[in-house]
This record gives sequence, structure tokens and C-alpha cells, in this order.
Amino acid sequence: MSLHLDSLRIGLDGRDMVALDLTVNAGEVLTIMGPSGCGKSTLLTALVGALGSPFTMTGRIVLDGRDVTGLPTDKRRMGLLFQDDVLFPHLSVAGNLGFGLPPRTPDRAARIADALAAAELDGMGSRDPATLSGGQRARVALMRMLLSAPRALLLDEPFSRLDADLRAQIRDFTFRQARALPTVLVTHDLEDARAAQGRILSVTGQVLN
Amino acid sequence: MIRAAPGVVIALMALPVAAGLAGAVLPAFGFFPALGGTTVSLAPWRELLAWPGLGAAVRLSLVTGVGATVLSLAITLLIVAAWQGTRSFRAITSALAPLLSLPHAAAAFGLAFLIAPSGWVARALSPWATGWDRPPDLLIVHDTAGLALIAGLVMKEVPFLLLMTLAALGQTDSTRRMLVARSLGYGRVIGWAKAVLPAVYGQIRLPVFAVLAYSMSVVDVALILGPTRPPTLAVQVLDWMTAPDLSLRFTASAGAVLQLLLVLGALGAWVLAERLIATRGIAWAAGGGRGQQLDTPLRLCVSLPIALIGLGVGIGLAGLALWSIAGLWRFPDLMPQSYGLRVWADQSTQLWRLGITTMLLAGLSALIALALSVAALQAGTSRLLGVIYVPLLVPQIAFLPGLSALGLWLGLDGTFGAVLAVHLVFVLPYLALSLSDPWHAWDHRAGLVAATLGAGPWRVLLAVRLPMLLRALCIAFAVGFATSVAQYLPSLLIGAGRIGTVTTEAVALAASGNRRLIGVWALVQMVLPMAVFALALALPALVARRRQGMSVT
Repeated sequence: MSLHLDSLRIGLDGRDMVALDLTVNAGEVLTIMGPSGCGKSTLLTALVGALGSPFTMTGRIVLDGRDVTGLPTDKRRMGLLFQDDVLFPHLSVAGNLGFGLPPRTPDRAARIADALAAAELDGMGSRDPATLSGGQRARVALMRMLLSAPRALLLDEPFSRLDADLRAQIRDFTFRQARALPTVLVTHDLEDARAAQGRILSVTGQVLN
Repeated sequence: MIRAAPGVVIALMALPVAAGLAGAVLPAFGFFPALGGTTVSLAPWRELLAWPGLGAAVRLSLVTGVGATVLSLAITLLIVAAWQGTRSFRAITSALAPLLSLPHAAAAFGLAFLIAPSGWVARALSPWATGWDRPPDLLIVHDTAGLALIAGLVMKEVPFLLLMTLAALGQTDSTRRMLVARSLGYGRVIGWAKAVLPAVYGQIRLPVFAVLAYSMSVVDVALILGPTRPPTLAVQVLDWMTAPDLSLRFTASAGAVLQLLLVLGALGAWVLAERLIATRGIAWAAGGGRGQQLDTPLRLCVSLPIALIGLGVGIGLAGLALWSIAGLWRFPDLMPQSYGLRVWADQSTQLWRLGITTMLLAGLSALIALALSVAALQAGTSRLLGVIYVPLLVPQIAFLPGLSALGLWLGLDGTFGAVLAVHLVFVLPYLALSLSDPWHAWDHRAGLVAATLGAGPWRVLLAVRLPMLLRALCIAFAVGFATSVAQYLPSLLIGAGRIGTVTTEAVALAASGNRRLIGVWALVQMVLPMAVFALALALPALVARRRQGMSVT
């Protein structure tokens, strides 16, 4: 599996904010760094297909050899994690996980139980997400996304809201779970970028260190 | 289907208003073939000008309408300025929902029962303070100056404006503005007026216009509390409209057009006054006066109207309930000598019949309006907001007579469908207004996350957005239901006497003076929307009782 950005340009008012031409292979974490407002999150919005006005985009997004540039968000199979977990408040923990699992998946209950176990949340499927701790919620959000069988993983500063000790733990957990996927991490935190152990680029493709 | 929704909503609101206005303007100039008017003439206007009560009726409409609006706005702004962010403020705002769901007519009856010469106020003061051992012959309720009418309107418009102001506060960064003003040494009220009001007023301008247009042209409240000889212009127009002498329809149409011009003129004058006050206000705000010592007196000053509104509504409604079960009740006794359910039993058949019609109209119109509003909001239109206020700014009495004539011509008047369609004209805007803020405040990332998980637009709407907005949807439904129940003129004029509701029945009893009968019908009119409101608050709480994250939305 791989994510290929073919001459991707995102412009605002006729000026290129984002200019990337690269491939992220399965298991690789590409980190995009830069100050706030540089277009990091805009890049992810474009990758999931939710870029709206006033932005313009040219180039192609190719996932596993398939051009997904024109596809709507729900057909792209790009997993996205935000700073906040964005768990659905009206569903239980298991309900949130089930939302991610495609319909007609065999053994739904077993798959959800496995995901709960992987997130060290055994037996907590019926819990209200609002009653979980920040770290538990972050793990549920990650498992929900992985259950939807994404072909790439996009992380929008997903660790920045967590405490320092929890942060390393969730980060390792995330990278371990995502090892088979091409991953794009957007962050302004150098420690997160180093822990990703991949290339570190700016939104215009310059190599940072 | 979703894409067509904004157009459907706009058409449903704007077309009846436009058709109704055309149906008023043509007969106003003598053109109404069904009644033999085939040539354009100024005869209807001459008839209108020949009516001796015209000057007084016009003056009454202006004075009561503008008076009620100025008073309601002043009380609302003072409440927020003096109490925003305090515990008392939260207590006041929590009383808003039941007050809003209360139909104007029921509140007006409650007030009338309270302040009438034989009402509770007079009873409480008699005979020890007043020396009255029989009700005095005083014109308190239908007073010629329209003071009772103004009071009845203020009682209902303050909660409405307060709700609109609360919504505006959230969008204007009011807390930080207040913090800055307070830290610069400003008193609470003056600081609010100088730092927050300019931003808030811009947001509540259209609701204020709606209050002005409504207060100037209201019919049901004016029938219950307003002067009678002459009545306000709107009531007189209705009189002519429903008179057996069909030639008076021409005069009625001219009166309807005059009512529209009056409202437009008043709105224009209001806008000019806004400019004047804004210019003066800017100089005043830049003058630097802190007004710290004004807080306590102004707070005291505004607690009086709050108390009066609260007591007026509360005790007034208790009075309605008591009269409906009162047997013998002599003046000046505070309580009846005996109680009984005779009137309820007598009326039960009628109550059921009209109650079911009322609930069907309200439930169906609210459901249709809810579906249309969701679809229109989902289609993401901004044109909607411009049109949504049209039915609220054009006086009902100006366009409903024309619409009923149109209905008559098409053979649709007096049918359930026609009444339902006209209810929708008013249910749609209030329901959409109630839904639009929470709809837009919804966290769009939830939708984006759902889409990245493979959920298509329909699944995002049905499985994520609507469940997350359950509380707002229920409240919007209740607002729509209450709006429909409260409609008087649409049911009366389009129903053509064949479709009756508890509201047309209650208001029709106003002139009868039969306290027990009025008590029964006004109570039912009040209970229907309140029960639905209570359900609308209880249902989401029940469904989401195990979901803490849902309580905030």
C-alpha cells in the first residue's frame, strides 16, 4: 500500500500554500511540520476530499495505484484522527466502534471485542464515551478508524491535547497499530515528529531537521 | 429532494404572502369580480376615510404597537444588562421555554381575569382598601388608551426578545467585552450598554421589527384586552371582513392595505430612530462615563417588570384554571364558594373535537416544517434567512383576507389542507429560526470523521447529525407546535368557520364575558403547547440519559 501525491498544489488567492510531490509507503510515517496557519491541516482536509472554498487544488492523489482525487470523502478510505477524539456522543463505546466497521462484516461483535481488547478497554463497550479518560477516548477513536479498514492514515496533531506521559504512550500505540499503513502526521511538536522516525518536511516539500 | 428544499420553503412562505397582498390591493381599489367590482376606483378608500373611528383606530394601532415594542425592548435589554452572567439571570432564562410556548391569547385571558374590575387584584384589595362590595364600573380591561393591550403584549414579547438576545450574546463575544469594560471600571449596566449592546442589537434587529409589526396589527390579543369603540385598525378590518354585508369587503381591503402601510411607515421611522440613537450613542460611549452607581437603582427598576410579568402570567393562568372549575364565586371573595366540573363536562364533546383538530394541525404542520427545515438547512442555503422574516413582518391582517378570498375563488377555503398550508406559513419561520443556530453550531468534524469512516451523506445526516441534534429537533418541533396552536386569524379566515380550533373558540368567547367557559377553553389552549414542550424536553433527556456528552448540545 502506498499514498502518492502527484504534483499536489493547494492555492489560496492565487498563491501556492502547499506544494508536494512524493510517495509515502506502507509503514512509513511522513511528518509535515510548520507554524500554525501554514496549511498543514488544509493539506489533510484536501487529502480526505473536504477542501472547500476559498482554496483551489491541482494535481492528483493516488492511493494504492487508484486515483482518488475526484472521489467523495466516504469513498476514499483515508482514516483521519483529529486533535480531539470526536467520538459520537450519542453512541456507546461499542457503538462508536461499530460505526467504523463496514456493514455486513462477519463476526461484528467479535471484531469490536478484539478492538476493545487491543485498546485495553475490555468489557467497556457499553460505556458512555463521555465517562472515559482522555487516553481511553483517544484509543477508541484510533480503533474506530482502524476498524473502517483505511488504506492510509492521516493524523492532525492527534497527541497535542494529551498529558506528557500519556502522550508517548498513545503515540507508540498509534504508530504500532498503524504499521501496515502509509501515514501522514501533521504537527508542530518536534518530539512527535522525531518519534515518528520518518521524513520531516514542510508543506512545500523542504526537508526539515 | 434535498436540493429542492430551500426553494420549496421559500415558496411556501413567500407565495401565500404575495398572493394575499395582491388579494388585498386589488379589492382595495374596487376590483373584485366575484362581488361585482369590475372597475378600478377609489370608492373603498372613500368608505374607509368616511368611517368616523379611523383616526382613533390608526392612533391606537400606532401607540399600542410602538409602545409595546419600546417597552418590551427596554425591559429585555435592561434584564440582560443588569443580570447577565449571574445566578438570577440563569433562573430567569430557565423560565423562558414555558413562557414562549404560551399562546398570546391564553396569556391575555389570564391578564384580563387578573386585572378586571372583578378580578383577583380588585378582590384582594376589597373591600378593606377600596370599599367595593361589588365590582366597580371601571373600564380596566378594554381601556380606551390601550394600556391593558400594551401590558398583554409586553408580557409575551419580553420572553421572545430575551430568547433572541440570548442567542445573539453567544455570537458576539459578550463575556470578554464585558470583562474589558468592567476592568476599565464600568458599571455593569452602563458597561453592557456601551460595549455589548451595539453588537447585540445588530443581531436582534429583525426580531425587534417582527415584534413591532406584530404588536401593531395583532387581532386576538386586541379582541381580548384592547379598546372596543373604536378598536384598533386590525380588529376593525376583521370586523368588516366577517360582516354579513359583503360590500364591506372592499372597505376591509382598503383597511388591510392601510394597515400594511402603517407598519411599513412605523418600521421606517424605527430605522431612522435607530440611526439617530446610534450617532448619539457613539458619542456617549466615547465620553467615558462609568455609571457605577447606576447598577443598583437600575437593577431594582427592572426587577419590577420581571416580577409583574412572572406574577401576571403565573397568577393569571392560575385564575383561568380556577374559574374553569369554579361554582359560585361572589365578589369580593378571594376563592370560590364551591367547585365543580360542570362546564368541563358540558364542553367535553366540543373540546375533544376541536382539540383533535388543533393537535392534528399543529402536529402535522410542525412535522412538515421540521422535515423541510432540516432539508433546507442541509442544502446549506443563505437565501433562506432573507425570506424567513417575510411572514413575520407583513401583518397577518394585511394578507390573510386576500388569501381567504383567493381560497374562496379556488374553492379551497374551509378545507383542512388549506388551513394546514396557511399554518405552515407561520410555523416554518419560527421553527427554522429555532433550529438554525444549533444546526450551525454542530461540530462539523463529527461529519467529516463519519465520512472518512465510510459513511455517505445520508448516513452522516441520519446516523450522526440528527441524533446529535435530537434535543434541538425536539425543541424546534415544540416551537412549531406552539406556533400553530396559537394561530387565530389563519384558522378563522382560511377555515371559513368550518375548521375550528381551541384558539378560535377561546377568542370567540372573549366578548361573551362567561368566565367559566373562557377559563376552560383558554386553559386547554395553554396546556396543549406546554405539554408538547414538556415532552420535547423530557424525550431527549430520556433517550440520552446514559450519554453525558449529549447534555451540552
